[in-house]
Amino acid sequence: MPAGILDHYPFSPARYDEMFVARGIPRAHWEPFAARLEALPADALVQRSRFVADAIESDGVTYSVYADPKGLNRPWELDMLPQIISAEEWSVLSAAVAQRARLLNAMLADLYGRQCLLSEGLLPPALVFGQRGFKWPCMGTQPTGGHFLSLYAVDLARSPDGNWWAIADRTQAPSGTGYALQNRIVVSQAFPDAFRNLQVQKIADFFRGLQNALVRMAPTDGETPLAVLLTPGPYNETYFEHAFLARYLGFPLVEGQDLTVRDDTVYLKTLRGLRRVHAILRRLDDDFCDPLELRADSALGVAGLVGAVRAGKVLVANALGSGVLESAALFGFLPGICERLLGEPLAMPSVATWWCGEKPALEHVLENLDELVIKPAYSGMNRQTVFGHQVKGKARDELVASIKAQPHAYVGQEWVRLSQAPVWTGNAEQPLTTRSVGLRLFAAAAPDGYTVMPGALTRVAPSAGVEVITMQRGGLSKDTWVQSDAPTQRSSLLKERLGVIDLLYNSGDIPSRLGENLFWMGRHSERVESSARVLRAALTRVAGGTDDIGDELSGLLIAANRLGALNEDEDADAAPSLEARLLGAVTDLAQPGSVAANLRALAMNANHVRERLSSDNWHVLNRLETVLKPSPATLDQAIGALDQVMLNCISLAGFAMDDMTRDEGWVFLILGRRIERLASISALVSVVLQADPDQRDNMLEWLLEAGNSIVTYRSRYRRVPELLPVIHLLVFDTANPHSVAMQVHALKRYLARSAQDLGHPMPPQIAGLERRIGRFDLTAFEAEHCDAACARLASLLNDAENTAYVLSDDVHHRFFIHTVERSRLRSVA
Amino acid sequence: MKPLRYHIRHDTRYSYDQPVGESHQLLRLAPRNLPWQKCVAHRIETDPEPVRRQRFFDSFGNAVDALHFEADHDFLAVRSESWVELYAPPFAAASECCNWEAARDALRYTAGKPLTRDLLEASAFLFESTNARLKRDFADYAAVCFVPGRPLLSAVDALMVKIFEEFTFDPEATEVSTPVAEVFANRRGVCQDFAHFMISCLRSLGIAARYVSGYLLTRPPAGKKRLIGADATHAWVSVFCPGLGWVDFDPTNAIRPQLEHIVVGWGRDFSDVSPMRGVLLGGGGHEPDIAVTVVPEDEFTELYTDADMPTLELRPTGS
Repeated sequence: MPAGILDHYPFSPARYDEMFVARGIPRAHWEPFAARLEALPADALVQRSRFVADAIESDGVTYSVYADPKGLNRPWELDMLPQIISAEEWSVLSAAVAQRARLLNAMLADLYGRQCLLSEGLLPPALVFGQRGFKWPCMGTQPTGGHFLSLYAVDLARSPDGNWWAIADRTQAPSGTGYALQNRIVVSQAFPDAFRNLQVQKIADFFRGLQNALVRMAPTDGETPLAVLLTPGPYNETYFEHAFLARYLGFPLVEGQDLTVRDDTVYLKTLRGLRRVHAILRRLDDDFCDPLELRADSALGVAGLVGAVRAGKVLVANALGSGVLESAALFGFLPGICERLLGEPLAMPSVATWWCGEKPALEHVLENLDELVIKPAYSGMNRQTVFGHQVKGKARDELVASIKAQPHAYVGQEWVRLSQAPVWTGNAEQPLTTRSVGLRLFAAAAPDGYTVMPGALTRVAPSAGVEVITMQRGGLSKDTWVQSDAPTQRSSLLKERLGVIDLLYNSGDIPSRLGENLFWMGRHSERVESSARVLRAALTRVAGGTDDIGDELSGLLIAANRLGALNEDEDADAAPSLEARLLGAVTDLAQPGSVAANLRALAMNANHVRERLSSDNWHVLNRLETVLKPSPATLDQAIGALDQVMLNCISLAGFAMDDMTRDEGWVFLILGRRIERLASISALVSVVLQADPDQRDNMLEWLLEAGNSIVTYRSRYRRVPELLPVIHLLVFDTANPHSVAMQVHALKRYLARSAQDLGHPMPPQIAGLERRIGRFDLTAFEAEHCDAACARLASLLNDAENTAYVLSDDVHHRFFIHTVERSRLRSVA
Repeated sequence: MKPLRYHIRHDTRYSYDQPVGESHQLLRLAPRNLPWQKCVAHRIETDPEPVRRQRFFDSFGNAVDALHFEADHDFLAVRSESWVELYAPPFAAASECCNWEAARDALRYTAGKPLTRDLLEASAFLFESTNARLKRDFADYAAVCFVPGRPLLSAVDALMVKIFEEFTFDPEATEVSTPVAEVFANRRGVCQDFAHFMISCLRSLGIAARYVSGYLLTRPPAGKKRLIGADATHAWVSVFCPGLGWVDFDPTNAIRPQLEHIVVGWGRDFSDVSPMRGVLLGGGGHEPDIAVTVVPEDEFTELYTDADMPTLELRPTGS
């Protein structure tokens, strides 16, 4: 690389350049950084860019895992060169942003309160009542602490004359703080010396301020407030940030279903019971927060949340209904509103905006289309931003027609030629190129107004010449260095990363959903394995060439049916062939008990507990998802697939015992496994016991296979299976990990542990079952005719299977949904 | 004048596929008090009983009963009973009101022009909402009734009659979620659809219109007796007329409500005043069985035999 890389930078005098005042001449506050860049040997720069890419990639692993299960991941790209803002410029910028936050907060208080802005004619009712963002159910609610906006973000653009303009307000659940933080962690390490010398302001305090604000403003009855971060879940595009931020702030990361509203109070469902939640930092848009009073078809929210807000029992940040201000149509009215509400002039101008709902504005927009950007007037409208000068011919006529048809739905905005900044290309010929940039600044509520994060997310257009910056379509970002007048205190970011915060998420707050998904992961993996064994036994016998369904096979089919894996034999004429039915039991996703359907359920449960699973564990789960792709078409292929399923299930079982932290959550995984295994082995053995006496002996071979005990039997007895030893091995032998007795012992042990840990009474059923198994007289099976003994044991096993389901329901109600089971109510009545 | 007195019984029963563990319900079933309507007694009974129950008033002033259930249940039965007294509402003649352009212009925004309290309130009912759309098509449809200079009430009356004559009442044609544009395209629907369509036409012209939910006294076919559960909930439209206030129109029957319409509540459209709205944990969604009975006081004892006699006592009213 030639020396003087800055000389090759394609400076354009038509635009404001963030770094250069003229070709090759950096702005004053950039000089130290420019000098540093020039001084570094070429390979050192390449090394640093690689460091940045690697750091993002290693965090990006988490990112891509969470971002999109379908693999349509949007890479988070970080340019290694920071954006730098001088102390002087910052003092103006931050004061203006703080004022704007105060203004918008005051507007929300007015719009959901006295509405003097409307009655005095300072704001058209169409921009309030005409917006879906105005939430009628929130009318009259005033948040505790008076802050509608706890966290606010504004997008800024710089015009060629060097002035910053507000182009969009983010008022309901602004994103970007987490990414800004992550960018800082990476870039400050890439240029540690420059970072120090430039006296860059630290942003960690901003997060501490936000954390304090939420906790301080939350309504409590004297107890320590619990704040949570509410996310739409892993399928949301910024889920990575939610998880990152939750960990950084020390707030449990929860989904709507983790919370419940009882008596107008919000609770977090934890394995230890309900814990009151005092503050919710939400990343869910208004519409989705409460299906009871807001959008009814949303499954993401918390039923009754609006009621809890109305009752003043919880702080929701930002306040529900604050999305009403995310409309560019408001811009033209802000100067007057600022004078009215704050008694001071608006410090930062919004980009000139004409709301077409006013007749003169509509005319202006139509006459000056080439100079304007046309945007939807209301957020949440399904319309794109278009540049007037880019729309030609028929498309232009259509645009004009739709503006005329619904003028109130459009705004025309002055087209700001965005400022340019250098971006590292890694290309030896021209290592620096130029891109359009914009800033997203953040403000958090503080006791005396708003604190602005001394930093920002600098958003960079995805390619040269592109004017629209949106992260949703894939974009680049930069760390933003705000210089300080005075030397900044050295505080170690690393220490902040791994501070007390990680320890705050203690075991007492394990959300019930986590326990529930672990529990069902346990049940589904056992269910997959047991149905795979039975179906494999059946498939090998069919493949072995028996045309007619003999005693042995018919018993197997009954067993498969009992496990829910095989559909009932339907109408004999229309029924598909046995082969097709068995293949369907393996592969048909639409059949609820099929191996494929259970695998899918398992994958869903696993997805929700992703952060608890090791990568090895995860590899096995990934393999399981591919085993049935492509779908096996022949018996041999199906048998091969089932072998793979069983093998991977055994790995999962190993990981469960050996690869996971044994906390309160883990106990539920094991309970799920044992409950499912108790149910399936009891069912299988009882099928044989209830069979016709002459057929029983024919069924013992597959029973041992299905019960995963054939090897033990052979090595112990070295003879063909006989009823008594088989029964003993599968039901009574406490050394056999697959026996009924073993499941009962294990359940007793783990239920006792959870009873102790989580403080609940021990379910009585399990001790009763253990007693009955202990007392059962096995000598009855020595007699030549043991039908009576078979019936007795079958009845015991049927009870055991039912007990498994009763225990499952009990666990479900007690730990996961925290409601009362009907059976318990009846026994009281 | 002596008021007419009605008894209303509104039964709703949900049956669930699977037990419901937790359920939140918001009921908007209590008739409102108006200058010409007095709800003298009202009670809601449910089976099972909720663990908690409280009343609040929504942003439109409708009473809402919030119920919460926390124990497994397979069904939910709600019985709402009311005694309501009706006086004839003031009848505004077309000659008393302004022309429709004046009504529209009164609500137009002009920078710095203050809005009086009633104009501000009316502004809430001027725009799109969940079930009401603003479209040029709708304005065009209504244009023939809204000729220049016509008094507002006369124009609205003509629109009501036009809808009544051109639309077919057809319970099979629509569901709760049928968009108003489809109702317009097919010219079919039920009272709710007619109300939403008429509201959409009015708002598309810049006239404030709200959705009224309530009950209508029906008449049994000639020679037949009144039957329990033979009625239904009803919906109509209220239009804001500057100077006069809100005036009701029933496009399903082409009448101005007088002594047979009982108002439960109002909002921008159905979604604001749905009689029951709930969120369940568990269970399977099914349409509820609904039975409504509206009976004048003098037929009350004849209709209800001892066996299914409503338990709600009349409170002394002073009149």
